[in-house]
Amino acid sequence: MSKDKLGPAKTGTSHWWHQRLTAIALIPLILFLVGLLPNMAGATHREFTALMQIPITPVVLILLVAAGLYHMKLGLQVVIEDYVHNACVKMALVVSLTLFTFFLAAAGIVSIIMLAA
Amino acid sequence: MAETPNRPLSPHLQIYKPQITTVLSITHRATGIVLSLGVVLLVAWLMAAAAGPQYYEAAQACAGSWLGYLFLFGFSLCLFYHLLNGIRHLFWDAGHGFELETVTRTGWAVLVGTVLLTVIAWVLGLTVMGRI
Ligand code: HEM
Ligand code: HEM
Repeated sequence: MSKDKLGPAKTGTSHWWHQRLTAIALIPLILFLVGLLPNMAGATHREFTALMQIPITPVVLILLVAAGLYHMKLGLQVVIEDYVHNACVKMALVVSLTLFTFFLAAAGIVSIIMLAA
Repeated sequence: MAETPNRPLSPHLQIYKPQITTVLSITHRATGIVLSLGVVLLVAWLMAAAAGPQYYEAAQACAGSWLGYLFLFGFSLCLFYHLLNGIRHLFWDAGHGFELETVTRTGWAVLVGTVLLTVIAWVLGLTVMGRI
């Protein structure tokens, strides 16, 4: 990838817009999680997997993990860009953040599917 | 250059009087960072559940310890703050609520709402679980 493709002047608007889009999506998803928590907290493994057999639970959890992680990645990237001034360090941190986010998304979604299966 | 003593200077945070606007703004960032840690833990918890009952029990024991409760409580405060203040942000993005008076009023509303929602969520949650 060329250096010219990076930076707020090139991707800033879509970044800004995606941060808002995921924020809006997260409002109902978070409310669903808050409603789910009393059933999750203190549940045995059997009770929890039973909850995961109801299709709405894994579906909403996957959406929550995906939107939440994407929103998190966009947000933390802005924080890094604001505070880290060395270009190499900045690049290394943003790349690490991206890889870590993909790892979490894959791990989270695979776990949810295993629990629902 | 010596002729411009009254130029506005950018705020020097250490000597700048804290105001509700500035304090709430940096708190949005701080809670966003705490929530990031929360999402990581949520995924870790899901991975433990998928790995099998013994890992799941260990994760539940962590969450059920006093440290787990402390973190969950702090996490819920951050979540509701970021949620309410995030909605405030979205209204600004749509071009509403910029008058200084409105900014101050919605700022306090976010703080009061955060405390209320956190208390309500925990009272409801503990009641549903039969703890109180
Ligand atoms: C708005 C956010 C949250 C609220 C209001 C909340 C509320 C609660 C409450 C009231 C308990 C009491 C548990 C008990 O006595 O068994 C609890 C425990 C627990 N919570 Fe949450 N929680 C929140 C976020 C989370 C998140 C994000 C997770 C991620 C997995 C989580 C996982 C757990 C677990 C595993 C327990 C088990 C405690 C136990 O076994 O006793 N909570 N939560
Ligand atoms: C999964 C939970 C969430 C995480 C991990 C998270 C994380 C973050 C982070 C790290 C930032 C960057 C802060 C900054 O640049 O100063 C941010 C910004 C933002 N968040 Fe969230 N957030 C979450 C949920 C939400 C929700 C539910 C909303 C709903 C309204 C929301 C609305 C916003 C908005 C509007 C911004 C941009 C603020 C700005 O431009 O300064 N977030 N979030």
